[in-house]
Amino acid sequence: MAEASTSERGAARGTSSDTMKTVGAFLARQGILVAFILFMIAFTLWNPRFIDINNVFGVVRSSAILGVMALGVTFVVIGGNLDLSVGSMMSFSAIVVLDLHENPAFGPALAIPAMFAMTLCLGAINGFLIGYLRLNSLIVTLGMLSAIHGLTLTYSGGQNMDIANQSATWFDVFGRGDALGIPIPVLIFVGLAAFLGIVLAKTPFGRKVYAVGGNGTAATFSGIPRARVVFFTYMISAFCVATAGLIQASRTMGAQNTVGQGMELEVLAAVILGGASLLGGSGTIFKTVIGVLILGFIQNGLLLAGLEFYAQFVVTWIIIILAVWLDIATKRGRLWSPIA
Amino acid sequence: MKNDNIKNIIQNGAIWGFILLELAFFQIAGEYWSLSDRAFMDLDNMLLLLKQAAPIGIIAVGMTVVMINGNIDLSVGATYALAGIVMLDSMSWPFMDALGDWAIPLAWGFALLTGAILGLINGMIVWKTGVDAFIVTLGAMLGYRGLVFMYNGEQPTFHLNWTMVDIAEADVFGLETPALVFIAVALIVWLVMTRTIHGRNAYAIGDNREAAVNAGIRVGPHFVINFVLIGFLAALSAVAFYSASGSVNPNDGMLFELWAITAVVLGGTKLSGGKGSIIGTFGGVIAIQLLRKGLGHIGADTETVNLVIGSILIAVLFLDRQLNRKGAEELKV
Amino acid sequence: MSEQTPALRLEDIVKTFPGVRALDGVSFSVLPGEVHALMGENGAGKSTLMKVLGGIYQPEEGRIFIEERETVMHGPLEAKAKGVMFIHQELSLAQELSVAENIYLGELPRKAFGRVDWDTLYSRTDAILSKLKVSFNARTRVGDLSIANQQMVEIARALTVDAKAVIFDEPTASLTDAEKSVLFDVIEDLKAQGVGIIYISHRMEEIFRITDRISVLRDGEYRGTLETAETNEDEITQMMIGRSLDLSRNFEELELGKVALRVEGLSCGKLFQNVSFEVRQGEVLGFYGLVGAGRTEIAETLFGLRTPTAGRIFLKDEEVRINSPIDAISKGISLVPESRKEQGLVLGMNCRDNITLPQVDDLKAGPFVAEGAEVSIYDQYRDRLSIKSPSWRTAVGNLSGGNQQKIVIGKWLSMRPEVLIVDEPTRGIDVGSKSEIHNLLRDLAKQGYAVIVISSEMPEVLHVADRIVAMYHGQVMREFDASEVTEDGLIQAISGITNDAA
Repeated sequence: MAEASTSERGAARGTSSDTMKTVGAFLARQGILVAFILFMIAFTLWNPRFIDINNVFGVVRSSAILGVMALGVTFVVIGGNLDLSVGSMMSFSAIVVLDLHENPAFGPALAIPAMFAMTLCLGAINGFLIGYLRLNSLIVTLGMLSAIHGLTLTYSGGQNMDIANQSATWFDVFGRGDALGIPIPVLIFVGLAAFLGIVLAKTPFGRKVYAVGGNGTAATFSGIPRARVVFFTYMISAFCVATAGLIQASRTMGAQNTVGQGMELEVLAAVILGGASLLGGSGTIFKTVIGVLILGFIQNGLLLAGLEFYAQFVVTWIIIILAVWLDIATKRGRLWSPIA
Repeated sequence: MKNDNIKNIIQNGAIWGFILLELAFFQIAGEYWSLSDRAFMDLDNMLLLLKQAAPIGIIAVGMTVVMINGNIDLSVGATYALAGIVMLDSMSWPFMDALGDWAIPLAWGFALLTGAILGLINGMIVWKTGVDAFIVTLGAMLGYRGLVFMYNGEQPTFHLNWTMVDIAEADVFGLETPALVFIAVALIVWLVMTRTIHGRNAYAIGDNREAAVNAGIRVGPHFVINFVLIGFLAALSAVAFYSASGSVNPNDGMLFELWAITAVVLGGTKLSGGKGSIIGTFGGVIAIQLLRKGLGHIGADTETVNLVIGSILIAVLFLDRQLNRKGAEELKV
Repeated sequence: MSEQTPALRLEDIVKTFPGVRALDGVSFSVLPGEVHALMGENGAGKSTLMKVLGGIYQPEEGRIFIEERETVMHGPLEAKAKGVMFIHQELSLAQELSVAENIYLGELPRKAFGRVDWDTLYSRTDAILSKLKVSFNARTRVGDLSIANQQMVEIARALTVDAKAVIFDEPTASLTDAEKSVLFDVIEDLKAQGVGIIYISHRMEEIFRITDRISVLRDGEYRGTLETAETNEDEITQMMIGRSLDLSRNFEELELGKVALRVEGLSCGKLFQNVSFEVRQGEVLGFYGLVGAGRTEIAETLFGLRTPTAGRIFLKDEEVRINSPIDAISKGISLVPESRKEQGLVLGMNCRDNITLPQVDDLKAGPFVAEGAEVSIYDQYRDRLSIKSPSWRTAVGNLSGGNQQKIVIGKWLSMRPEVLIVDEPTRGIDVGSKSEIHNLLRDLAKQGYAVIVISSEMPEVLHVADRIVAMYHGQVMREFDASEVTEDGLIQAISGITNDAA
């Protein structure tokens, strides 16, 4: 009885304030998008160079690696879990693909699929432990962060990887190439975002990810194979990480063992900033892309505004807290928390 | 009930059993493979181990308290670095120069104050906004690290004061200052958690927050106190370490939060809160440090440490779940 | 008695939630040294009233008096400080702490430096525990206690303060008979000390054994207060459900089809043993019993959520093994689960997506979900079940309980099952929706569905079921035919009294 809601009341009332309400609801729902647009306008007024096409491409290009990883993590988070292993997994991918590239038995054409297969194996371990064995995802992926880091170091013997003869390979196309004047990393990011966005929003699998993250018990009671769905969210995450590792390796044509270190939390920050709830069941690929772009443009905007590079971290911190705070404040209907 | 008791003993004693296993393994394996002719279970080696474990260990003690509360703090690594920078940098402020060696305790004070304030900020945000501690401290991890870099760019902050180094390297019965600080912190916080009202309330809140609220415990201020504590301890860890080394790199402390959480979880603290102990965490810290040293001792690559620790963490989680299964009658959800 | 100053008095309490008047002018008073029963069906407003009393909800109208002084409650702590103690049915204990720490949570005795004064704590607690004649002591870890003993810890809290009024909310739900009589002694003691007691329970024998007066709520309205000595169960029941218990079947006998589901000797560990029954197409089989009797567990086993330890299941005379809900669904079994919010719905998802969730794999246009087909399924069941929702886009979390339940039922009807199992179909639902759902279940049987209804409300099973299986402690006690069932017979069967004459 006590469950009837305020929105039901609102909807039952057919008055002229409906338009206002719709606008209000839209703002509440798309707050992050609105904030993004306002932010872009403000910075453009401040410095018109901000919206220059080259600058925009530059930002998207430098955000692409983080962005591609965030796409996969979005699936994991909507499914109600965390993935803290993406940073060290990305280092692993980059190191492996570079090493195999230099291995005469492989070469670039074989190195790439082999690296994807190996990274997907790591994703399968995550997915098995968290999906089928139902272990806590925070601890498992924390353990995997450490384990994969160790694996990478063991694989590389602690050495950095470099491509010796950089002019003799086409491998740099993924990180440095252009097509139709658009940088390839941007194309990969946008293409993958579009594809995964459709998978999440339009396919039965996507629907199941929302159901499992929104209420895993109810999903099980509805005959949804929860373990398998969670497993595949980690496979998607691993696929995205492998793609990010490929772009990274190709862009720098070499990599350190720690190239992805710390990225797990930045990626998560982008996903949360986009509005996905850590409890699962909410978020979209589009919102994550906005989250990634906000992080990218803040960095760029603050630099253009002459602020120190590292000030972006402080600003990101404030924005993340504000974004999540406003989100939950809207849901609970009061600004300050009810904690005594 | 009898089964429960046995299970409790297994769970609480597991970490010490594991440590014994490590000691025995590295001792025996060391005799076969070791290049050095020193025994692994050598007293000096063990004392050194405590010192090396101290920086993560001091932070892990604070992390235990926060996790028993049902919260988490991901910003400790950045707090550690910032406190270290404040301490070393403050030594070269003009008025501090004039104080001579009296500047040392003042510099420590500045560092500890920095840590406490950063903890206070986290705690107040958690309390007042109601945003989950994971997100609050995840943001703070980026933000505080930003402050670290803004302070001195990518340059290391450097100040060597020999009096300070002497204090930091002083030893009692072979235990150097960082090890002593670690032991003292663990002891004090253990007393707080087992003997005081604040400590008992921490368990109650983590176990059943609604019951605690109904019983009139003020959960918000309680959280703030614990965040101030972990901030303070992160700074204390920095004080103990940087007093000797005299140089802070802005990347220092990265992944400390993950190491600390690993130690705490190995020590048996429940992620969801309400259960855990300082003694267990102490064991967890020792176990990890033993593993690092032991693998080195038997000539394994230091790189394998991460691999082994990660696998052990997952194995512990798996075993814990198996112990807590209800058997065939369980609902399959 | 009436000249005494009431320990606690409520006057015209009104509390509304959007669309519902949960409390509509409730007044009653509790005298010192009186045990006052508060009765009503689920959803009658008892728990809302208690939340108002505890300061968790603020009433829109009405006043609360403690010893005739008007007061406003802002929270459980304030209520406690003013002498009103709550003993909750749901255990609110910290498992890792000791019994003593739990009993004195929030007010542990203090020594210098914020230390706990253990000596005082333990001696005070042991003094209380000795009154309760329990087998554990102050130092025992609560997590090591059985549920019944944990309930005793909860009850011990009532003795820690000088309460003016103590509210017991279904305190005997998990207690054995011996523990119950200890509880009743405790209540006698409190009574002798002049404490006013509100006792909430569904169990008539307890009510008539220990209470002095009975107040009844129905649909949020106060229906009156009676002296226990001057009334009887029939009168109370009539007040609670608004009519005398109508045992006649007010629906036509349905034509029975083939046996849809037959179960032989089904067991699942300690949860239930050796359960056999069958249900035919075109009939409603009721399962009646107290909470914990094993009814829900049988449903979960049939739905593949538990692994049976013995027994056989036949669907249309063909033996089947059901290992998962996916199995069950593909074989034509559907389950409307007991807990709508935890098991039935994804609250953040919209109505349409919730309804089509089990068949989302089958509703495809190419690789995509056929959203148009989904909307038409939603429309179909919205009309058939008269679901009131602004649109299919509304998140089900925003609907009323009755409409949420209809979404869950619609979800499973859209699967066109052979056997529909409905667990507690009307829990926490307003009266209007209740009778709608009852009629719906009858209709489904008429259309040839085999329906199993599990309920802990007697009027419900009596109204919808053609046959009733009575359960007690995991055992089937008796199977009744609708024509031969009596209220007494049912109550005895679910209380474990085997009486062949019944």
